[in-house]
Amino acid sequence: MTNKTDFEVEMERVRGLMMAALDNECSAAERQALQQALQQNPELQREWRELQRVKEVTTMMSVRKPPEEVWSSYWAQVYARNERKVAWILVSVGAVILLSWGLWQGVLQVLAELDMPDFIKLAIGALSVGTVILAVSVVREKLFVNKHDPYKDIER
Amino acid sequence: MSAIDESPDFSAHHYANAVSGERAIVLRVQAGDQQAFGELVMKYMQRAYYGALGLTGSHDDALELSQEAFARAFRARATIDPELPFYTWYYQILQRLCFNLGRDGKTRREKLAEQNSWLVAEAESRQPHNPETQLQQEQLAACSRAAIESLGNTEREIIVLRELQDMSYQDIATLLDIPIGTVMSRLYTARKRLATQLADLL
Repeated sequence: MTNKTDFEVEMERVRGLMMAALDNECSAAERQALQQALQQNPELQREWRELQRVKEVTTMMSVRKPPEEVWSSYWAQVYARNERKVAWILVSVGAVILLSWGLWQGVLQVLAELDMPDFIKLAIGALSVGTVILAVSVVREKLFVNKHDPYKDIER
Repeated sequence: MSAIDESPDFSAHHYANAVSGERAIVLRVQAGDQQAFGELVMKYMQRAYYGALGLTGSHDDALELSQEAFARAFRARATIDPELPFYTWYYQILQRLCFNLGRDGKTRREKLAEQNSWLVAEAESRQPHNPETQLQQEQLAACSRAAIESLGNTEREIIVLRELQDMSYQDIATLLDIPIGTVMSRLYTARKRLATQLADLL
């Protein structure tokens, strides 16, 4: 280990003590250790005064309060979100079933047309099957793949 | 004194105490009891809102995201560990939603330009009899707000948790799942950055 690394380790320790002292998170012994370190290093003394001033400034800041009505309706709004989520799932499932059934009925009727050329029937059949596969694939990805993707929340 | 001190959950609570009282509620939530979940929401809504406010800087976003995080928490209730503090688990959802917000729509800076700052300086109203001092304090307060706003997500988060939510190092370490040494080094980095930003006024 080089002297510089030792110095950096010591500075890190003193800076940790500074933070703990600023936030009243240190013991009397740690506070004394900080005082000793400060007495030996004028640069640290300057930094300490600077950080004390920053602490004073941030201490005087507070958060703007929202209107009181926010709290009285807060739980009701969370409840409504959950309720709406269930409603959306039911609506989605119902819509998928009805659309699939309608599509199937449409395809059956088209295929029953005697005077329609076979290649048109084939194209309609391919389009219908392809649409169903795409829909199932998208739903499967949304429901299963995203859920288990360990990188989905990584900001790219 | 912080403007959010009236919330009982903001004092330096030790999580072990919170867990023992919460375990029964969390088990009821896991059984699908919405009323029990309502108890958790009522208990933590202010803390969640102010946490989100610090991360997003916007009242609307803080309300929206803290509520959305609760809704998601209820849907994922099966994965809650009753032996751990609920808020620590919930905060992971909230933090992710807030940090991801920047990826969509307007930037934080654009939104902030459209509304009042989420931060207020108490000193603004403390010196009514000395116009010169008051002016200096107002200038310092305005610059301080801008300096805090200019911090990165991680730095602003640590300042918010320590200075505005008045959390102890131990509680912050538990909440963010980081060692206490990292809490101190993040605080140091954030404060040094603030000192640089406010160099002319300090």
